[in-house]
Parts: sequence; C-alpha cells; structure tokens
Amino acid sequence: MRKVACIGAGMTLFRRRLLETGKEMCWEAARMALDSAGLTIDDVDAVVLGSAPDAFDGNHVQRAYLSHRCAGVGKPYTRVFTGGGTGVFSPIAAYWHVASGMFDCVLVVNEEKMSSCQPHAQSVFGHIWDPILDRPLKPNLVWIFAMEMNRYMTVHHVRYEDIAAVAVKNKRNAVAHPCAQLADANITVDDVKNSEMMAWPVRRLDISPPSDGASALVIASEDFVRKRKVESPVWFSGVGWCIDTTMWTDRDLYFPEYLARAAKMAYKQARIDKPREQIDFAEPYDPFDYKELHHMEGLQLCGKGEAPVLTREGVTQRDGDLPTCPSGGLLGVGNPIAATMGIKVGELYWQLSGQAGKRQIPHEIHTGVTNAWGDLMQFSSVVVMRA
Amino acid sequence: MRVAIVGVGVVPFRPATPEYSWKEIMYEAASRAYADAGVNPREDVDSFITCAEDYWEGFGIFDEFTPDQLGAVLRPACTVTGDGIQGVAQGVLQIRAGLADVVAVEAHSKISDLLTYEGVVRHAMDPIWNKPLGGSPYYLAGLEMDAYLRAAKLSERDCAAVVAKNRQNAMTNERAAHGVKIEVEDVLASPPISTPLKELDVAPLADTAIVLVLAAEARARKLSSVPVWIRGVGWSSDTPWLETRSWATARYAEDAAKMAYRLAKVRAPAKEIDVAEVDDKFSYKEPQHLEALGLSRKGSTAKAIREGTFGLGGDLPVNASGGSLGCGNVIEASGLHRVAEVALQLRGQAGRNQVDGARTGLASSWRGLPTATGAVAVLGVGR
Repeated sequence: MRKVACIGAGMTLFRRRLLETGKEMCWEAARMALDSAGLTIDDVDAVVLGSAPDAFDGNHVQRAYLSHRCAGVGKPYTRVFTGGGTGVFSPIAAYWHVASGMFDCVLVVNEEKMSSCQPHAQSVFGHIWDPILDRPLKPNLVWIFAMEMNRYMTVHHVRYEDIAAVAVKNKRNAVAHPCAQLADANITVDDVKNSEMMAWPVRRLDISPPSDGASALVIASEDFVRKRKVESPVWFSGVGWCIDTTMWTDRDLYFPEYLARAAKMAYKQARIDKPREQIDFAEPYDPFDYKELHHMEGLQLCGKGEAPVLTREGVTQRDGDLPTCPSGGLLGVGNPIAATMGIKVGELYWQLSGQAGKRQIPHEIHTGVTNAWGDLMQFSSVVVMRA
Repeated sequence: MRVAIVGVGVVPFRPATPEYSWKEIMYEAASRAYADAGVNPREDVDSFITCAEDYWEGFGIFDEFTPDQLGAVLRPACTVTGDGIQGVAQGVLQIRAGLADVVAVEAHSKISDLLTYEGVVRHAMDPIWNKPLGGSPYYLAGLEMDAYLRAAKLSERDCAAVVAKNRQNAMTNERAAHGVKIEVEDVLASPPISTPLKELDVAPLADTAIVLVLAAEARARKLSSVPVWIRGVGWSSDTPWLETRSWATARYAEDAAKMAYRLAKVRAPAKEIDVAEVDDKFSYKEPQHLEALGLSRKGSTAKAIREGTFGLGGDLPVNASGGSLGCGNVIEASGLHRVAEVALQLRGQAGRNQVDGARTGLASSWRGLPTATGAVAVLGVGR
C-alpha cells in the first residue's frame, strides 16, 4: 500500500467569537498549512472539507459556501461528515485520496463557526434527536453526556476528583498552546469541582467551550515527499472508523465499543498488538473530561476503569510515561467541533516532527494515536501516526 | 486496482411516500442491493457511505441516523455531503486505498416530507449577497437557461423536445414516477416560472432510496457474473459566486468529465459512449451537460435534438430511463440513480428501455440549484 504523510499544518486561534467569517478562517488555516509545507494552491490536487452541523452557520450546502476559501474551486473537492468525529475523519478521507494512487497532494480544511448560532450553539443540538423517541423529552448534549459520565463512574467506582484532574491537566497543558481559548496555569481540582453544576455530575469546567476556529493539513504521497525533499514528514500508519446504532438507549454507555472497533481497524493496519507498549503518546478526544478517560480505555491504552488511576499517578502528564492531550485538548484549547483536527491530528504532526515548541514532549517519541468522537455518542475515528 | 458495481437496489420513485419513513425506504433499497450482490452487510461489506445534507433531512447531524437500516451497526460508515456519484467516487478511493474490499453507497430522497423545498434551496445561496434578494430560487435557472440558449443557439422548442422525450421514456420504466405522454406543444404552453423557464421544463420532485454495492476486482469477479466496471470517475466544483461563474457552459461538468475520461482512457466520448444518463433537473441542463461532456458538439446540439440522436432509437440514447424529468428529481440520489440506470443498461436489465449492445455508459450529475458542482462516472462491461 502507498505510504502517506502529513507534511504541513495550520490552525487559527480558537475563540468563543471570532470576527472572521467561516470563509476567512478557512483561508487563514489553509494558507498557514500550505506555507508550512512550502507549497501553493497549484500544488494541491484535491481538497477535503470537514465541518460539523450546517445549522451553526445557517447555510445549506456548506461545502459550496466555503469552497473557494478552501481552494476547492476547479478541483476535485469533497466534504465528509461524521458529526463530532469529523475532526479526525476528514484527514482519514484525505489519507484515502492519496493512498488510492489517484492524488499526490491533498489539502484538508476543517472549519466551525459556532458563534453565529444565537443565543447559543446548544440550540442546534435540539435537532439531532430521533423526532419521535427523543425529541419530545427536549434533551441536550450536557445531560446525555452526564448520563454517560455517571454510568462510567458507577461501573468503575470512579471518584469525581479523578475525572476533574483531566480538566486541570489539559487546561494547564494549553498554556503552551498559542491558539488556546481556556488555558489556565493555576487551575485546581477544587476550581473544577466548585464550578457551576450543569447536569449532575457535570460541572461547567468539565466541559469544553463552544468555539470558532479552523485548521488545515497537507497530506501527500511518498513520491511527493521525496520529489519535494520535504523535511520531517509524519506518516500515517493506520486509520479506522466505526459507527454504532442510532438507538443510544439500547447501549451500555460505560464503554465505547465503537471506538474499540475503530482502534482495532487502525491498529491492525499499523501492526500494533500491544497499544500501551507500542504507542508513546495520545491525543484522545476530550470534549468532556471523562471522555479522555473513556477514550483511553476504548483505545486500549489501559484496561477498563484504569484510566483514572493513570491520571491520578501522573502517567498522562506531558512528562509522564504516556503523555495524553499534550496540546491542551478541547478542554484547554477549545472545541470548534471539526476544526479540533488542529489539536488532534495536527498535534500528532507537530509532536512527531519536533515542531511542538513549548508543548514538545520532553522525551523521545515515535508513535502517537488520536481519536475523535461524534454523532449521537456512537461514532469514533482513529489515526495512528509515526515519525 | 479496478472497482466494479456488483449490486443495485433502487426503490421505485414516487411523488410521495406517506406510509413509509426514510429509514424504511433506505432499508428496502439496501435489502435489494445486498440480495442482488449476494452479500451479507454485517460480514461482507467493509464500509458504508451515505450521501446526504442535513437541511434536506431536517436533522442537525443526519449521519447519526444511517447505520441501522443499512446493516452498518458497529461497522465503518460515514456521510459524504454530496451527490451520489461523489459517494461512489469516495467508495472507489477507499477500495483502491486498500481500506475496503466491498463498499455500499446509499443516497435517498424523502423530499415529500419537506414542506419548504424552495426555502431550503434559498439557504444554499450566499447569505450576504444573494439570499436577501428573496424570491423563488428558480429565477437562477431562468437566467441560466436564457444565457445558455443564447450562447448555444438553442430554442425553447428544443428544450421542450427534451422534456417530451424524457417523460415519454419514463412511461416504460417501472422505476419512474412522472412518465407521461406529452408533446412539445404541451411543454411550450405550460405556465412560465422564470422566462424562458416554464413549469414543464422543471423536473418534478420524487422520493426514492438507492444503494449500490461496489467491490474490488477479485471480489467482484466472485460476486457477479456481469460486474459493471467503474472505468473512470471525476468530480469538480465551479465557484459558488453566482456573479462570476460560467453561465453558458457547465464548467464543473467539463472538469469532472476530463478527470473521468483520463482515468477511463476515453478519447472520443461521442464515439465511445453507447448510452448516457445525464443530469436534466431542468430541460436545458441536458443539452448543456451533453456539450460539456463532449457528447454533443457545441453548435450542432439543436440539430442533433431535432434529428432524434438522443432518443431511445438514436445514435446516443440519453436518459433512456426518463432522467429526472421523467423519473423525478430525487436530489442527492439523482447521480446514484443515473449510475444505477447505466449499470442496468450494461447488464442488459433495463427492460423495455434497453439499448441493444450497450457496452460503455456514462452517468453525470449536477447537485442542483444554486450549486456549480457535478460528477461523472464512466462504466463498462467486459474486459
């Protein structure tokens, strides 16, 4: 199979409200990614766009609206969509464009502008439910995730403080990220615990913020890397994705089986059979602090119920044995849904190519894994990369 | 690596489907396609692709609602927010990349559930420059039709002949919803919508669901006695700016065709293609697309229409199925429908609309107003 590398990345600031339009953010991220790879739009054979619900911007056919600022006009241009999983899914689509042998250099741009949705982006999530079974209950994301968090805590007897420690770690890590929205060098577990109760057991600081932002990556073939003499490419070793049933009420929420399957697909391709030993660091999707733990277990980086213990023991700190969310994650840098690509696959690229600056993991690393999580608590996408 | 279509499942088009939900018609299409391919989705299909847009569906994240009725639970599945041929293209890429051996591609239309079709179309227009102008979005088609007819030296009568041909073709297609014996004069006499566009120049909406099963070469030969090879696929978008895009020519279709022909090694499309299913969401789109695809020489299209070149018995039958005008406009499923109809033609299963001896076929799509996005697939049987 053809080898595929990430050779450039860019991302805008993540902020609650950016003055830039979605189009401008796309161009800003695309320009940074192309500049970092030393390329221009003419070098790009095809473009992939990632963006989560169209209703944030209120545009039907969002891909057309953003097309010319993603360099998609006049090129094969595709938008893929897996809800919140899009952040790690559109790079997978770019991967298969190149791995197919039909394209040599693909630009992937992910955008989310949540602030145009008034009064709050949460109102869009009123329309993601089964219209007969769920919608009459007027659910929102915070309370269904509260149910999942509670189930996870109950099954494994997890203390709330061990979950809040994830928010503390990530918000502190984010201090070193130039795009961060909610970095806090002095935050403590008590601050998280004492923040406003949203839906028990979820407090305000357990949740990542709604954000505006965009990110972009340049994905290229081995031939392209050689011909253009690209320095420090970071290679895709495995990709996987998986969806579970729409009927979330039929599932035991304590463990993300769909993620375990997606990881199995990616690990098989990457020839990984002992993830904990063969993977040096991880960027699991962390829109809520318990999700980092949930995803570490789904990624088989530890046994079921063990992630809180690793967190408590400091193993997941940036200088620990298994650095987890060294970027600062969604909790610290922000959560412009699809654009979190910049702190997931983007962070793997920057860390493995030694360009992570103040966020650089202090010891030697060769292999990283990341995932995103989407749809109705039912989908995960996984990427494994090597230096 | 070559990729073939090994399973086709089409739910017959209907103007409205009040007794079934979109999930049920998706299930129906999937069941037909899997039975046709002889595959069990839970074991044999490696990846599932749904082509859908949230606004058509009335959901925030429609991707959530795709797995169960396709047999995709706990399997790799995703949404391509595009037309069915763009979904097929992604399936081809996944197979060529070695990520999957067998891929199911789904697209559907439950447009009869939508009370505000024109309102949704309007939401696809630029929110600052165009949407505030209001009005029915069909004025865009009226403007484009006017620009195209002037540039291509076609008359409204030529477009009416396209409508008559396609709606009559649909009468003998068991999958069509809007077949009717209609004459050129009937079309010309229909009420104006946005001059020169008239009511019967517009393809009426319909419901359907379509699933195609794609497979890598080795699997395809095991699964099907007549694998329909996807020899080339291409897709492209022109600018979203109405103000600067090309109005007289369908540049997106030119670019998409160029890519598909390059992959399929087609040099003289008008000679090499035996049967074509070409987007005709509006009557003038069929000749406009035929010119962009190199299937009709610019300047001679009017003559070809008058001579019946594109009729069922003509040199190059176009929209033998009835197209969107005759079968119904099924939004994102339109492209997948065209691929399905061409595949059935090449397999010799097109019933009363069969074009004898068809070996190479072309399907081309356009995503409808106000987009300038299209995709092309070149299909063939035999070696």
